[in-house]
Amino acid sequence: MRAVAVILSAAAFAGIVIAQLLRLSTPVVDLPALVGERIPVSGVAHPVTAVLLNFRGYDTLLEIGVLLLAAVIVLAARGDEPAMNPAALPSAEPPIQMFARATTGPMIVVAVYLLWAGAYQPGGAFQAGAVLAAMAVLLYLAGVTGNWAKPGMALRAGLTGGFLLFLGVAASLLIRGVLLQYPVEHAGQLILLIEAGLTVSLGLILASLFLFLAADPPR
Amino acid sequence: MSGGLALDLLLAASLLWSGWRAVATQDPYRSVVYFIVFGLLMTLAWARLEAPDIALAEAAIGAGLTGALLLDAIDALRSRRRTK
Repeated sequence: MRAVAVILSAAAFAGIVIAQLLRLSTPVVDLPALVGERIPVSGVAHPVTAVLLNFRGYDTLLEIGVLLLAAVIVLAARGDEPAMNPAALPSAEPPIQMFARATTGPMIVVAVYLLWAGAYQPGGAFQAGAVLAAMAVLLYLAGVTGNWAKPGMALRAGLTGGFLLFLGVAASLLIRGVLLQYPVEHAGQLILLIEAGLTVSLGLILASLFLFLAADPPR
Repeated sequence: MSGGLALDLLLAASLLWSGWRAVATQDPYRSVVYFIVFGLLMTLAWARLEAPDIALAEAAIGAGLTGALLLDAIDALRSRRRTK
């Protein structure tokens, strides 16, 4: 009886969704064509990066702000607990530790490659930052590093650096008149500079969501 | 029927199945494993939709980081319950 009700409601829901999808009107503006037309002035060759960091850079700037806010809230939720003593970590098997250490180098290389490749193919700051964060989490889970305590100056600078750099570039472009309108001849370099800052900050922010809240030592 | 369409249908069906299992399973640990499976299938779906940018982000953040975070949360909940 319950199963029948679930199936019926799922079918009804699917029907409504499909009916609504079929009713969607066709877009008035052909955005992909518009983006393709403007690629030469964006400073990069990959349309997704061009949209994220040039045409809609304002959205990306706010996104970083939101992620930074999330990290701040995680810090607030954590309170004043000290970091766990690395000696108290459940010691992982030596092969796992060795594997985690051995992957660190290649993961940094992959992150830098993704950052660089973002200019002309899928990749970019978000993906590169996620790889860096995954590296930090892997090192923690393998028992190589402990979780994070209260952030020191270096970590604070790293967490906020990308956002501040982006904001700084945006603000300095105000002198020329419009927020985040890069001069065409320097657009490529500016985007790479912003993305490099974002990669470091995003990696630290994403890792901090994990490492500040990571399992407390058994009390 | 082309192989591509068959793969898409299989993907869609497995997505629905793993999504349903992730919310309907009683055991939190299994639930998280289904969530990770869902994330990886979603990565394939984005790749099939020719959105490699989103596929990369989904694999790294959706399946990888969130999955690890949820597993860690379960671990923390269990050890807290044990000490109480």
